[in-house]
Amino acid sequence: MSTLLWIALPYACLAVFVAGHVWRWRHDQFGWTTHTSQLLESRLLRLGSPLFHLGAFGVIGGHAMGLLIPATLTEAIGISEHTYHVVSVTGGTITGVMLVAGLALLIARRFVSGRIRRVTTTMDKVLYAALTAMVVLGMSGTVVINLFGEGYDYRETIAVWFRGVFWFQPDPALMTGAPLVFQLHALGGFLFLALWPFTRLVHVWSAPLAYLWRPYVVYRGRRGPAPAAQPTPAAVREAGLHPASTRR
Amino acid sequence: MRIRAQVAMVMNLDKCIGCHTCSVTCKQTWTNREGTEYVWFNNVETKPGIGYPKHYEDQERWKGGWKLDGKGRLVLRSGGRVKRLSRIFANPDLPTIDDYYEPATFDKDILVNAPAGLTDTPVKKPYSALTGEPMKIEWGANWEDSLGGNTFAEDPNIARMPAEAAAKVKFEFEKTFMFHLPRICEHCLNPACVSACPSGAMYKREEDGIVLVDQDRCRGWRMCVSACPYKKVYVNHATGKAEKCTLCFPRIEAGQPTICSETCVGRLRYLGILWYDEDAVLAAASVPESELLDAQRAVFLDPFDESVQRAARDAGHPDEWIEAAQASPVWKLISEYRIALPLHPEYRTLPMVWYVPPLSPVLDAVGAAGRDDSDADDVFHTIQDLRIPVEYLASLFTAGDAEAAGGVLMKLAAMRSYMRARTLDGTVAQELLDGIGMTGAQVEAMYRLLAIAKYDERYVIPAAHAKDAAALEAQAAAQPDCSLDCEGGPGMGGEAAVERFHLVDAEEVRPGRPGLFSRRGDGRRGLTINPMRGRS
Repeated sequence: MSTLLWIALPYACLAVFVAGHVWRWRHDQFGWTTHTSQLLESRLLRLGSPLFHLGAFGVIGGHAMGLLIPATLTEAIGISEHTYHVVSVTGGTITGVMLVAGLALLIARRFVSGRIRRVTTTMDKVLYAALTAMVVLGMSGTVVINLFGEGYDYRETIAVWFRGVFWFQPDPALMTGAPLVFQLHALGGFLFLALWPFTRLVHVWSAPLAYLWRPYVVYRGRRGPAPAAQPTPAAVREAGLHPASTRR
Repeated sequence: MRIRAQVAMVMNLDKCIGCHTCSVTCKQTWTNREGTEYVWFNNVETKPGIGYPKHYEDQERWKGGWKLDGKGRLVLRSGGRVKRLSRIFANPDLPTIDDYYEPATFDKDILVNAPAGLTDTPVKKPYSALTGEPMKIEWGANWEDSLGGNTFAEDPNIARMPAEAAAKVKFEFEKTFMFHLPRICEHCLNPACVSACPSGAMYKREEDGIVLVDQDRCRGWRMCVSACPYKKVYVNHATGKAEKCTLCFPRIEAGQPTICSETCVGRLRYLGILWYDEDAVLAAASVPESELLDAQRAVFLDPFDESVQRAARDAGHPDEWIEAAQASPVWKLISEYRIALPLHPEYRTLPMVWYVPPLSPVLDAVGAAGRDDSDADDVFHTIQDLRIPVEYLASLFTAGDAEAAGGVLMKLAAMRSYMRARTLDGTVAQELLDGIGMTGAQVEAMYRLLAIAKYDERYVIPAAHAKDAAALEAQAAAQPDCSLDCEGGPGMGGEAAVERFHLVDAEEVRPGRPGLFSRRGDGRRGLTINPMRGRS
């Protein structure tokens, strides 16, 4: 069972993540968009969207810090366990609250505005549900256990297992002892990755950083051959007067 | 010098009766789809008025177009690259759909299914096309027509005018001084929308200068919508992508006029090509406001100049295009007769749809002032004295230069009087010609072009395939050992290339394929754009 959960499932999800993106990129360029709805509702979005996105950047950065940097490294450069804990819990709480507030506003917007409700797709609903589940699990891990509870040092267990996935040496034993909230959050994270390529989240990979150094006006040639010229009305009139010349 | 061809349009506003045939045929062709209910690639608005979308000309509010910064450099009014990306999560300058209008549909079934013998006539009610809820229609794409809405005083062009003049316009307006302004995408030489597109999905075509959105590369960052000062890029809320006037490129490529031009009842539209120097665009867009009009005119190259023809030939333009540029009615109206003016040159995008300003509201004002509107001398003086509505036209077409706007009106008035004398008693009014610095032959040619020009004089559009042929010849000359059947060679296409009207292969028409994820909550699909499907 633990092999299935902590080895097979992560790899299956990662495979879907990669294959899904390749498939969608090749077959659905037209659907590859942020699917903006600011045209239909701007007031709540003006507040909710920046909160959500900036919060998400912080949260992703925090996860990278916590999961990818080994505890031995931070200790080696003189950052004590306590300092690390203070930084991570403070940063995690602030960005987490931004993320929660932004997400709540964005979801509320989907309910409050009839215009938005009508353009919400099934995939959008799935995505919002998944995001909410992930955020609730993650925040309860950070706030309930690490901020107010006795604390849990995920850097010794979860992070090591997570890195192991990418070295192809995941150790399921590291995960079996983790609190349930952390277990669910880790599994949910991989399932979320599997969902990613099938939602509007693909727009993340199109972050337009190249805009910063591109020339302003883009020129491009026409693709494919030009169509045949259509006869002018004068030519049609002419042909009408001499029908023999046009008969085929 | 980098010489390029631009397909440009001129509209003669004197002939526009505001019938909206252009708008309707355009909508039937391009935007009769879910997600584009509110979109009019071609709209006709009533001036003075706040337009569509509301107050779009107020760039303090929408931050569209370009401006000169403190050091005299050309910058987008909405800010630089970093600022734009920082606002990507929520664009503060984006109009919402209420700034356009809430599109409505009607329950026509109630009329169709009404039983016989009703004592009351059944009435169809409006429903929102966005929510399906019953709604009250309170605004539309030309709500201000015939004094509707009482919003003309909010017209940003009037707000910019001196208070005294603005009061006069208001006064004249109450005596129904108004005219219609049909607007399509300007296909600018210095397009702000293209410059603001973070994905690089928008582009200006090298062959004919048409500005397009690559539907496959648009990621829905919606910066083009706010950057365009004319608000002629729209969000399709069903697909989440930007869409805009295409200048009917499939028709232009085949040598046909756009749908709006083809169906224009007043025959007020002219289409043709212009040569311009791509390297001169930035400088022309960066001059002080008072020099903008002349700088924009100076970007166009004289098609009769032999050095220009040589440059065009060297750049691979076929003879057919060089001849078309000489026959271009647009060149004549803009550069030879100098009676066409750009819409809001102060936006610094170098728009490529120009307008012959309307004389009729001026003549009405001349009559109202007790002068003789058939006497050019009286008209001249009244135009000079009255300033109204010349000031207003100047704020639309010459960045506020009333002299330039008045000069064009004088030409039109002189032409009118000259032709009257010519027709009625066969005399040549030389003093009129001297007043406007044109020859009799020129005025008569101008009259013919404005009044009676036939289809192929109004639309001089060289087909795109000639350019392909020239490019292939150049390619064959450069690679003598390349067989004709090589990729891109004439041998590869054969009959298919000649017979096809489609621009791309059927499989390539992605927009026509309902995306797997474009299905909405109610099970309906997003867009189908290929108007020729099933015929390939």
